[in-house]
Amino acid sequence: MRYFIISLFIILLPWRLWAYDIEDRIYLGPQNAPIVLKIISTADTNFFRKVIEDFLTRNTGIAIDYVVVSSSDLMTAISENEETFDLAISSAMDLQTKLANDSLTSAHQSDATNAMPDWARWRQEVFAFTQEPAAIVLSAAAFDGLKLPKTRQDLIEILRDNPDRFAGRVGTYDLRKSGAGYLFATQDSRTSEVYWRLTEVMGGLDAKLYCCTSDMLNDIASGDLLVAYNALATYALSREDAGKFIVIYPQDFTTVMMRTVLIPATAENKAEAARFIDYLIDIAWAGGATSSSPLSPLSADLSSVEDAVRRIPIDPGLLIFLDEYKRQRFLSAWEDAILQE
Amino acid sequence: MKRYPNVSGSIRRRLLLILLSGAVILSLGLFFTFQNFAVNLAEESQDNILKASATSILDAVSVENGELNLDLLYAAFSMLSNDADDRVFYAIRANEEFLTGYKDLPRPEKAQLTENYVTLRFEEQPVRLVELDRIVSVAGSPTVISVAVAQTLDGQNALLSRIFTVAVSAGLGVFALVVLLALISERATVSPLIRMTDSVGRRGPNELRPVAAPVPVEMEPLVVALNGFMDRLRKSLSRTEEFIADAAHRVRTPLATVRTHAEATLLRVQKEENREALWEMIRAIDESSRAAGQMLDHAMVTLRADDLEREKIDLGELATELVDRLTPIADLRDIELKLTTNPNVTIEGDPILIQSALRNLLDNAIKYSPPESDVSISVNHQGARASVQIQDQGRGFKADNIPELTNRFQRGENVDGIIGSGLGLTIAADVARAHVGELKLHNNKDIGACATLLFPSL
Repeated sequence: MRYFIISLFIILLPWRLWAYDIEDRIYLGPQNAPIVLKIISTADTNFFRKVIEDFLTRNTGIAIDYVVVSSSDLMTAISENEETFDLAISSAMDLQTKLANDSLTSAHQSDATNAMPDWARWRQEVFAFTQEPAAIVLSAAAFDGLKLPKTRQDLIEILRDNPDRFAGRVGTYDLRKSGAGYLFATQDSRTSEVYWRLTEVMGGLDAKLYCCTSDMLNDIASGDLLVAYNALATYALSREDAGKFIVIYPQDFTTVMMRTVLIPATAENKAEAARFIDYLIDIAWAGGATSSSPLSPLSADLSSVEDAVRRIPIDPGLLIFLDEYKRQRFLSAWEDAILQE
Repeated sequence: MKRYPNVSGSIRRRLLLILLSGAVILSLGLFFTFQNFAVNLAEESQDNILKASATSILDAVSVENGELNLDLLYAAFSMLSNDADDRVFYAIRANEEFLTGYKDLPRPEKAQLTENYVTLRFEEQPVRLVELDRIVSVAGSPTVISVAVAQTLDGQNALLSRIFTVAVSAGLGVFALVVLLALISERATVSPLIRMTDSVGRRGPNELRPVAAPVPVEMEPLVVALNGFMDRLRKSLSRTEEFIADAAHRVRTPLATVRTHAEATLLRVQKEENREALWEMIRAIDESSRAAGQMLDHAMVTLRADDLEREKIDLGELATELVDRLTPIADLRDIELKLTTNPNVTIEGDPILIQSALRNLLDNAIKYSPPESDVSISVNHQGARASVQIQDQGRGFKADNIPELTNRFQRGENVDGIIGSGLGLTIAADVARAHVGELKLHNNKDIGACATLLFPSL
């Protein structure tokens, strides 16, 4: 079966139609397909293209309109419902959980969802399909011949011992802008006080703040950045210039985020959306992610740090850090630590 | 002949009905108690977690520099995580003013709350809500902080449906057990009754002994009544038989007188038709007298059989004596009685009854034998039994009604022309039965009938 791949970059209208920014948009599948599955996602198109293409070869008569937004914009898009989507894919587990908690999702149960691990699903509404560790990504060039840090404490010591070298060249997420960064930070803070010490040290080195992992990686690749904390390891490992990075899973604990998918309550093509979810679950959990899987760019080998893996549980606890009071309190503490002005 | 009693109700059914209704009540009672208890327990455990969650949020409220501060703990909500992944909602208010959480979460009236809890609907689903208050002082003025935490009921409903399944199976299990016990006890209750019915039903027609087998105490009055009834029946029966014997006896004596007179008259009467009439008369008198004799015998057997006199009897001697006595009658028709006896064929029994039985059989043999024939009587051992066999050369029994011949007043089908009452074989059979013996009737191979009386040898 032949299908057309048509990428449509939507020209952003001069007047803003939506309360969210579309970062990227592709249309895959036959143009005149009777069903166009609209997916809103935080994952870059290059990570998801293979998955979508594989799905489309198995399911004819469907085209996919894939819209990339930031995780907070995704939340806004679904909760304010100015445009309906059939699927929402996000790395912000907390926001996805909140959508389900607020009854903005629709349930789906199938053999595939029953077979997946219980911890990878919340209600029959939020389904995880990747495990992506937050890593310390180092510049391979800068650390050539140096002793590599194994834990956050190691990293703290290396940074403290070489302030001149690392000043202005360490980076992490800007928690005010990045949902994934906020999620990693809050989970780190739950696990250990060492997070705050590391944040203070990075703040002392005038850390650079980023919206997304890819920007951090770009800066490391160009030599502007030497250390990126809590960057998504899968992004680094799947880049063509992966050789420029040293990816370290901290052995004290490695926070693992799960990318989740859900069907918004307002979805128009729920049956096809459910089929897409079953497909995702199938390639994620049934065979175990292999290098031939279309998901391989988003799957990491965690066997080296098995004992240190801290999977972020999908449970109502995630709602706590979304509380405005809690969020303000956490962000102000974080700002105090990272922006030492 | 069976009379069907007026049956109304059944002990077994009534017993089963009572026990089964007991079983139903018991299992329903168990089911509801269990269900109620478990439901309370399930609700209580969810309430307790909700309360712990709300308490932890309330504890996180502090006042810093005259300002309210909320530091929610992650555990406040993660403790609410359950297998059903229930949704969680919360609202925190200060002096009725909304601070954070779900603004639309209903604010229950104080009156609605039972010990801080209420079940209500939120976002089109039932939720369990707890609301706790605490007063803090903010900048010198007291402020009421109220925390409401609510959770959907999916987990509780899943638990309740599991509990329901368990409660139903427990109820059904108890029901099955009680039904089993009911069936067993029903059987145990009714079985002595069935046993007694069987033993009474198996009794022979003249068995009116009291019931001696052990019976449960509840059946004692019935058995006493039954025994009393049988006793009265036996007495009444024996009175009847006595009456018959008496009547027969009283009829026989005048008949003998009438016969003598008839014979005497016969000698004097010359006219052929008158003689013929007299002969008829004499024959009728003979028949009546014989019937009366047999009735007397039968009554005797019935009376004596219950309370058997037991003495040693030599069957050979008894037969010899009987043959001697009946030879004149046989001679009248040129019938020869051939007796063969073995010595020492002895039994224990009532000589009068045994004699009566033998006499009736021999009488029959003579009666049904053609003139100038032989009737042979042999007294023998037959294994452990003593036998008296009487064979004639008459017409024999009609083969297909032999079993019925021993019934009272039942005569064979090929008796035409021969006078008889139908009591002879009955008497012989009753005597044999009273002595734990047996009367066997069959036809000889070539000619005539054969009757054998068997008794246990001494």
